[in-house]
Amino acid sequence: MALIFPKQLDSIVRLAIPLIGLGVLAGIGGAFYITQPDVLEPGYQPEQPVPYSHKLHAGNLGMDCLYCHNTVDKSSFAAVPSTQTCMNCHGQVKKESESLRPIRESYQSGNPVEWVKIHKLPDYVYFNHKAHVTVGVSCVSCHGRIDQMVEVKQVANLSMSWCLECHRNPAPNVRPVELVTKLDWKPEGRDAADIGRELVAQKHINPPTNCSGCHR
Amino acid sequence: MIVQIDPVKQTGKKYWRSLEELSNTSQFRQWVDKEFPSGAGEMLDGNSRRRFLNIMAASMGLAGLTACRRPVEHILPFAKSVEEQIPGVPLHYASVFSLGSKAQGLVVESNDGRPTKIEGNKKHARSLGAASGFAQASVLNVYDPDRSQVVLEAGKKSNWAKFAEFWKSQNLGDGEGVRVLTTANISPTLAGLEEQFLAKYPKARFVEYEAINEDELLAGSELAFKQRVRPVYDMEKARVVVSLDSDFLLHDAAGLDTIRGFARGRKNEHEISRLYAVESNYSTTGAQADHRLRLKPSEVLGFAADLAREMGALPQGLKILGQDGKFGKWVKAVAKDLNEHKGTSVVLAGSRQPAAVHAVAALLNSALGNVGTTVEYVKNDRPAMGESIGKLSAEMGSGAVKTLLVLGGNPAYTAPADSGFASNLSKVGSVIYLGAEADETAKTAKWHLPQSHFLESWGDALVDGIASVQQPLIEPMFETMSAIELLAMMLDKQGKTVELVKAQWKLDDKAWRSALHDGVIESVKPESVKVAADAKAVDAAVVAVKKPMSGFEVGFYPSATTYDGRFGNNGWLQETPEPMTKLVWDNAAIISPKTAEGLKVVQGENISITVAGKTVNVPVMILPGHAENCVSVALGYGRKVVGRVGKDVGVDVYPIRTAAGMGFSTQATVAKGTGTHNLVTTQEHFYQEARPIVREATLAKYHHEKNFATAEDEHIDEYSIYGYHKYDQGNQWGLVFDLNACVGCNACVTACQAENNIPIVGKDQVEKGREMHWIRLDRYFSAEGEHSDDPQVVYQPMGCQHCETAPCESVCPVAATTHSPEGLNDMAYNRCVGTRYCANNCPFKVRRFNYLNWHKDMEESMKMVSNPNVSVRMRGVMEKCTYCVQRIQEKKIQAKVEGRRELRDGEILTACQQTCPAEAITFGNINDPNSAVSKLKKKDLNYGLLKELNLKPRTSYLAKLRNPNPELA
Repeated sequence: MALIFPKQLDSIVRLAIPLIGLGVLAGIGGAFYITQPDVLEPGYQPEQPVPYSHKLHAGNLGMDCLYCHNTVDKSSFAAVPSTQTCMNCHGQVKKESESLRPIRESYQSGNPVEWVKIHKLPDYVYFNHKAHVTVGVSCVSCHGRIDQMVEVKQVANLSMSWCLECHRNPAPNVRPVELVTKLDWKPEGRDAADIGRELVAQKHINPPTNCSGCHR
Repeated sequence: MIVQIDPVKQTGKKYWRSLEELSNTSQFRQWVDKEFPSGAGEMLDGNSRRRFLNIMAASMGLAGLTACRRPVEHILPFAKSVEEQIPGVPLHYASVFSLGSKAQGLVVESNDGRPTKIEGNKKHARSLGAASGFAQASVLNVYDPDRSQVVLEAGKKSNWAKFAEFWKSQNLGDGEGVRVLTTANISPTLAGLEEQFLAKYPKARFVEYEAINEDELLAGSELAFKQRVRPVYDMEKARVVVSLDSDFLLHDAAGLDTIRGFARGRKNEHEISRLYAVESNYSTTGAQADHRLRLKPSEVLGFAADLAREMGALPQGLKILGQDGKFGKWVKAVAKDLNEHKGTSVVLAGSRQPAAVHAVAALLNSALGNVGTTVEYVKNDRPAMGESIGKLSAEMGSGAVKTLLVLGGNPAYTAPADSGFASNLSKVGSVIYLGAEADETAKTAKWHLPQSHFLESWGDALVDGIASVQQPLIEPMFETMSAIELLAMMLDKQGKTVELVKAQWKLDDKAWRSALHDGVIESVKPESVKVAADAKAVDAAVVAVKKPMSGFEVGFYPSATTYDGRFGNNGWLQETPEPMTKLVWDNAAIISPKTAEGLKVVQGENISITVAGKTVNVPVMILPGHAENCVSVALGYGRKVVGRVGKDVGVDVYPIRTAAGMGFSTQATVAKGTGTHNLVTTQEHFYQEARPIVREATLAKYHHEKNFATAEDEHIDEYSIYGYHKYDQGNQWGLVFDLNACVGCNACVTACQAENNIPIVGKDQVEKGREMHWIRLDRYFSAEGEHSDDPQVVYQPMGCQHCETAPCESVCPVAATTHSPEGLNDMAYNRCVGTRYCANNCPFKVRRFNYLNWHKDMEESMKMVSNPNVSVRMRGVMEKCTYCVQRIQEKKIQAKVEGRRELRDGEILTACQQTCPAEAITFGNINDPNSAVSKLKKKDLNYGLLKELNLKPRTSYLAKLRNPNPELA
């Protein structure tokens, strides 16, 4: 009886099995790689309804972060400012600017400007800005040099291990409270981490590393 | 070390939760022996597990990589900032909750403009910071998707403009034939508008009606004192309390201050008060009693009169219950005890008892010199409601009523059966009904106007000389109006409602602002009136009451969950187990075991109850301790026209409630009925295998043996292969439940539900043991020896015990439940994979598993009630009490922001603790020897559960003490 399969098939199969195996492994590995917070998260830079430049406002003009994000030391949310805050200045400055049209419209109609959220945490994470900012964790520790960004993008991966890194060793990210919004701060003649260590001891900073510290 | 637990080790007093448990039936064993209740793992919709896996595999394949794009989320800030509104920081406003002719001050939390959580107002004398279950659950009604949302004309959609047109087009003239039926009107602003309405239409008339009212109480005070007054008690001062069928710890409480005072009088282990309860149904008050006498409702008068004659308050006469035997002994003992406590005792009569009983109670209080010490009387001019609705109905029947305006209350459902109110509605020219629901009354009304919730409208309340402003928290969700707004519209008043309320109280701006802030109007003070009792009139009234007959009696009491039916569509309340029967999603005919034997019925079988020619078929619930030959039924069930939640729930017993028998009827015929009904109770769930977890003693035994609570604890060698973690740094959280204070009112259950986004699951799911409540109130019966007709009842609140050596933690394969350095048993929902090992290994059975996605089909509006600070759990996740960790973290962060290292004792309140009217729950830092919780834990009454398992629970209990009268022992 003639063979149904040609003999060469054996070698093809012998070759194909490891190849398929490798393919599967590569697939799994690839999926694993691209879902890593480090790969997936940083660099997210969506287009905003108004091309607001943090570099211009916070960098060149030197506005304090707290002028707009005024609830950051009062609430868990840093709060995107109301349209009114924009109009405090833009009622006088660049009154006719085309790119500010959505702001003017919102101010007149009372409808909110739909800003796109960049830094997202899962719903089961209860991050609290107030708790961090008031003990001397600077904005720059999580958001990077916002004052150099024309359009804001995410720099940190915001993963749990990234959070825990600092919660286990807060000293490098602690500075005097009055300097939290000074994003370019570098202490003269001293190591920032040294100052951090002193502050951690002095203020008894002891960030939680247990589940209910952040998950409720 | 293996610890053997012998379930029959118990000696002396025996504790049980249901008759099935007591007799250890095979069905009960089956329920207990299963690791998880049968069917617990099954899906709801008939799809088997295998089918589920098929579907899952297919959808996984199809899902592919299509979901790999990051979803875009938006942040929507205000266009113009709102004063004091900070995203993420809740605001609190004072308001007031009116229920019938009672009012409770509230502080309501608003998260980003949504009222989410109701707490009591410390400055309000009827609340003292606590809130009842009804008050707390009422927030759910704001978001009820089944609420009336638009104006209906003859059942068809209409609008307010059309109604206004209709109202103007009517030729009402001098108001001849115009009648306005309201609920108990305790709002002075509404009363002011009523006066103006009457000025415009002089021949119109206002009628007040509540199904649960104080008619008899006020009539009794008229008998005894010749004036309509209401007693206000100072229970803390009372050393001897006699309850004449009064459930003053739940339904008959004028406010939560009654519970607080009583609980304080029971907490001091050196001198606890003594409570005698005479009642037919086993009430929460009866559960606290040191001595409880079971009598049929009509026999209570006999007891009251005999007691008054024995004490000489009433002229000598024939003892109704006889000199000798049990009753005679009781009367003598109580009389003696009362006489020894002149000025420090109190006698209370229940609202369903006739006026004569209230008159005797009033007479006894004044004879004992209690007036001015434990009881004061304040004026109350609520009219007789049962009588006036009867008159109104007769007018309607004769065709004399052309226009009937009904302001809330659903009278077509709640009116006395023999008044014929519901059928007479059709004889009225036009019925205009302002109501929150499209209910029984709305169905027959020509115009149904949607009513605003009290959290959506301005108003006020004045009860017992305590005035408070009802402050709204949210604009009306739908096109609704309050009664005040509707009357104002009818009187062509312009301007905002708040101006009407403000004008009513004539307050200057500063006083108004402080009234809004405090929730009470300072300038109004309660005034007690002088009373002088007229013994002769009381005697005449007592003699005039017909002697009790030997037949069956049926007593009506307000439902602990739906009240008079108005909370029928409130899921939180429907799923709260009734305090005594632990029944959910139902009402039942409660009878004693002996009566059940006589009627040859078992639990769940229907009996027919006939009063005045009307019959209802009600399933039987057998409750030990209920009086013989009488039935107790809860009102407020069996609503026919109601939203989705309340549909087909329970039996309507209003058809057998006549004007003459609003409290109870002596003319009932009871027989075995047809059919059965599946009653679901939670009383057997989470069985404790007869371990001695409830501990109690008499005061005498306690004085003799101070350490009785822990005396029988097994001594164990503390040994662990892992070594013990030392919890001695910083805050170490702990909690104490005081069994002496807990009255089983369920306020904590509702508080926990609201605070922690706990879903409701429905009757069929509760039957499978899937209820989600994080705190439950176990109700134990106890008696010396075997079966007893007179068992005592103990309540034990039970939630996660936060064991230091938690058995749940060691079996979790994914470390989803772990211990925090502050001694909390943490639960990370997002890590849980749903093995349920932890629940299986928990000796207290306090872990709750999300068998289904309870939030999936939740209406959009209902989501608004959620607490934003607690995760909403999904299917397949375990959950349990967290000691309100969100509140702990919030206060810790606040302290840090303020630069404080230490938290103040009492700064953190768990939700259950904050709302507990009895102050039975104390939470705090056990590492601080001066904290309240540490001090309680040092008491000799303090005991932890299951010491032999070496769990080191952070929750402990103070053993219960009773103070029986040696003469009645």
